[in-house]
Amino acid sequence: MIADLQQLEKDALAELDSARTADAVQAVRTKYLGRKGLLTGLLRNIASVPPEEKPLFGKRCNEVKERLEAGIAAVQDRQAQAQKEDVLAREKIDVTLPGRGIRPGRVHPITQIRREICDVFAAFGFSVVEGPEVELDYYNFEALNIPKDHPARDMQDTFYISDNMVLRTHTSPVQVRIMEKVQPPVRILSPGRVYRPDSDVSHTPMFHQIEGLLVDRGVSFADLKGILSAFLKKVFGEDTVLRFRPSFFPFTEPSAEVDIRCVMCAGKGCRVCGQSGWLEILGSGMVDPAVFQNVGYDPEVYTGFAFGLGLERIAMLKYGISDIRLLFENDIRFLRQF
Amino acid sequence: MLVSLKWLQDYIDHQLTPQELADRLTMAGLEVDEIKTIAPAFTGVVVAAILSVRPHPNADKLSLCDVTDGTKTYPIVCGARNIAPGDVVPLARIGAVIPGGYTIKSTTLRGEKSDGMLCSEAELEIGDDASGIMQLPSGLVLGTPLAEALNLGDTVLDISITPNRSDCLSMIGIAREVAALTGGKVRLPAINVAQADEDIASLSSVSIIDADVCPRYTARMIKNVTIGDSPVWMKARLQAAGMRPINNVVDVTNFVMLELGQPLHAFDYRFLEEGRIVVRKSKAGEEFVSLDGKSRILPDDTLLICDGKKPVAIGGIMGGLNSEVKDDTQIIFLESAYFNPSSIRRSARRLAMPTDAAFRFERGIDPGGVTRALDRAAQLIAELSGGEVLKNILDEYPQPVKTAENIPLRLSRVREIIGEDIADEDVVSLLKSLGMTVQQEGKGKYFVTPPTCRVDIEREIDLIEEVVRLYGYDRVPVTLPAVAVTETAVIPRLALEEQVRQLLTGAGFTETIHYSFTSPALADCLGLPADDERRRFVVIRNPLTEEQSVMRTTLAYELLETLKRNINNAAFNLKIFEIGRAFRFRKEGELPVEKNILAGLLSGKTSDDVWGARANVDFYDLKGALENIFYDLKLTDCVYQAEKAEPFLHPGQSAGIYVKGIRIGCLGQAHPEVINRMDVRAQAYLFEINMDLLEKAIDRRISYREISKFPAVTRDVAFVVPEAMEARQMLEIVLNQREDLLENVGIFDIYAGKGLEEGTKSLGLRFSYRALDRTLTDTEINVIHERIVHNTVRLTGAKIRA
Repeated sequence: MIADLQQLEKDALAELDSARTADAVQAVRTKYLGRKGLLTGLLRNIASVPPEEKPLFGKRCNEVKERLEAGIAAVQDRQAQAQKEDVLAREKIDVTLPGRGIRPGRVHPITQIRREICDVFAAFGFSVVEGPEVELDYYNFEALNIPKDHPARDMQDTFYISDNMVLRTHTSPVQVRIMEKVQPPVRILSPGRVYRPDSDVSHTPMFHQIEGLLVDRGVSFADLKGILSAFLKKVFGEDTVLRFRPSFFPFTEPSAEVDIRCVMCAGKGCRVCGQSGWLEILGSGMVDPAVFQNVGYDPEVYTGFAFGLGLERIAMLKYGISDIRLLFENDIRFLRQF
Repeated sequence: MLVSLKWLQDYIDHQLTPQELADRLTMAGLEVDEIKTIAPAFTGVVVAAILSVRPHPNADKLSLCDVTDGTKTYPIVCGARNIAPGDVVPLARIGAVIPGGYTIKSTTLRGEKSDGMLCSEAELEIGDDASGIMQLPSGLVLGTPLAEALNLGDTVLDISITPNRSDCLSMIGIAREVAALTGGKVRLPAINVAQADEDIASLSSVSIIDADVCPRYTARMIKNVTIGDSPVWMKARLQAAGMRPINNVVDVTNFVMLELGQPLHAFDYRFLEEGRIVVRKSKAGEEFVSLDGKSRILPDDTLLICDGKKPVAIGGIMGGLNSEVKDDTQIIFLESAYFNPSSIRRSARRLAMPTDAAFRFERGIDPGGVTRALDRAAQLIAELSGGEVLKNILDEYPQPVKTAENIPLRLSRVREIIGEDIADEDVVSLLKSLGMTVQQEGKGKYFVTPPTCRVDIEREIDLIEEVVRLYGYDRVPVTLPAVAVTETAVIPRLALEEQVRQLLTGAGFTETIHYSFTSPALADCLGLPADDERRRFVVIRNPLTEEQSVMRTTLAYELLETLKRNINNAAFNLKIFEIGRAFRFRKEGELPVEKNILAGLLSGKTSDDVWGARANVDFYDLKGALENIFYDLKLTDCVYQAEKAEPFLHPGQSAGIYVKGIRIGCLGQAHPEVINRMDVRAQAYLFEINMDLLEKAIDRRISYREISKFPAVTRDVAFVVPEAMEARQMLEIVLNQREDLLENVGIFDIYAGKGLEEGTKSLGLRFSYRALDRTLTDTEINVIHERIVHNTVRLTGAKIRA
């Protein structure tokens, strides 16, 4: 009988081993451990076992039963685990497909440059001001010491609306309008659209300027150098090399053109800087006493400086854009790059 | 201004390389744009002499010459007729390269050997003369390279002269600057006029009628001139300065203008009727043919130089064809005058004749140099054309031209403006280096008189600029201003614009910037009615193109144009916006209305994803985007009202946006006819919002309302209403009942079609009830809910859908 028991256990384990499905495992269980199962049958036949062997036989039977139960449970566990894993595996997705949702748009590069510059000057205490884009000749020119029939008008070709009305050629008229209204100290920044009839790879008939003005007692040309150096180093990097060079603007005297060492060739001379090694970045100067007189400031009491720069030029240098017109074609493939 | 460095050497000695000189000038405010090297267009051409000339045995038109370069004699076959033994000529030896890339080789012409080529001016591109072999001065050393012998190569600086520096529109002016920068001394040309006995006054006279435009007119006459070519040196200088040589009289007037800055004009005296000059302004409708051969009707008040009968020149701008110097001219009437700068500028602009002379006169010439230039030119004309200068000058000077004298200068002011303690003696010596006279008038006070050529210097500040310019901007220290701390003011609308940009980009919109000017075709394209105020354009008088000839009155048109262009580039899904101004003509002489507008456009699919679910955008995508933005701006009481107010929007799919009864903007589908007219080939949804009104509409105050700890209970009801009934109307009817416990009501479903009567729809409303202080009981809710539903049915005639 013991031998039968051993054979039964061996068979049962072999069948369990080859049971691939939950049903097959259940079948093994029913076949051996069910109410009409083989092991149950052996136990039922315990009467035929000699009395002295009965305790041992009973013990063995229980041992076999426990072992089979444990074996079946282990296989069932394994199968359940495999099944869970299988479900997860079937739920696998392609994580490289693009995510869903709204793609953010972009802010125009000119706006980005304007923000950056305004932020730098805001830290120096400059407030942003605005004025009309269609402007009186008086504010655009005459109040800025550019009389009619003066050659300085050649410096800025002009769109005319009428004899005394123009599209502003710079944002300086805003400064005049502000100075007419407030007394010094003045620290203002006027960003905005300006217009000049010119169109090629480096000119568009509309472009953007930021002009700044600082008026107070005791402001000097050295201060102009200080503020503008600090500004340009913030925008172009601390190791930017600068050069202040005499120039002429009717509304400032002395006037200075500010160049930076070419960012493309580091001063060696290239196409971008016209082989000069320098890039003109902004125009500036001490406010001409005639302008102060026009707005009712006493030039003996107050001095100040003004500066102006074109945003397109900065954007082109910073982003390596070779044709200014791209900035206003609004090709989405262009705009999405910024 | 093109400055030949070789020419400059005539007036100033300096030790600088061209690059160094350019750098120094640039850093003194005379910006050098370019350094050009002028090299002769040939190599291997030397000075040679003709030893003998004999006829070619086999060709009538050729001759055989023996030519020596001083060391060797060459047999040369030559076709020119103007050669004789003893002539000094340019010889292109074997191996020489002449213009056009021709290399000279040993050759045989009709059986005779030729070891080189004798050249004409034109063949060497030295001049235009192609009539014969170029004749060289006899003193030249044989064998010398021609470029060296004629001093041909040069370096030319192209200098941008700012409008204030008229004194630098001449070689002498540049030399003065170089002198000030290097401590050198300017050599003025020596002027010696050998005068004949005959007095100019016996032949001519000048009378000035309009002295305000011509304060001074001076003249000389030169008799017995022979018109011909100018010498090579003069031609080379004119060419280096960018001018074309013409003849030995006209070239002198140009040369002296370039040298001294004074424009001059030479008349042929025989064409001056009555032999005299009258200076006056033009009368209405006067016609005149200038030297360029063009006939023009002159604007009134154009300055005219006339003879006894008729105009002979447009003063300060261009001479007349009727009195120009010709090949057989014998008597020259030479003019040197001072004209009123603004008068010349006005005329030159109106006539569109920006000549070299006008350029100088309008910027202001040296009032002290008028007769010096006259004498210099008379002398040169006499020298180059073999003429005699008549005795004396005519000098009509009815209105003295004032130049600045004794400008007060305070050193304290110099230091205050510059921000640097420049020493007294430095200031004085810098000013003196520019030829100014500086006279001390007390401690730290001076009177300064600039040279008459510096018409730009009139005030103390002009002197300060000169000081700091020469002192060197790079030597001025870098300081930060000691200014009072003040609050920076922020324009609320600008802050809002930044916020809106952020929100719109977050919602997928990309910012665009369009030109503010546009095409007047906008009005018809958008279908604006005749009385629409957006037809009131601000018109540009001198536009670059018709498409940029008026200021835009709406941003919608350009957004649609941009959509069209992007579709052409296969970019179909577009979400764009712009913040900018729209302009509206108000009234003649008044500045137009400028409105700050936010506008945007939506077109294509809701998403760019190719693999995900995609639908075409519609009205509600745009409205949703705007609602979200308004929500972020805490603007919660926007009302969207269906209206047909915008001609460019679909009448059934557009709405006005109202806040507290004020219309701040609109949104909707672009009108299909607009899309057709503009050939856009896609549906588009547009919005325009007035930023100023939006800013005013926003109430930024936030006041907290208590939130309930107790659960809410919802009830859904579907009302069957006429199809035309708007959701908002329904909700308002509910809300207007002001039931305190009704926390919220919203649309959860809309249905029309099967099971419903034609012309009706079902609006599903979800009611949500909640109290602050307790959990509501069913009985409580039922009472309120039934009241609301009952009233709603009563007020709308709706049926409840089972």
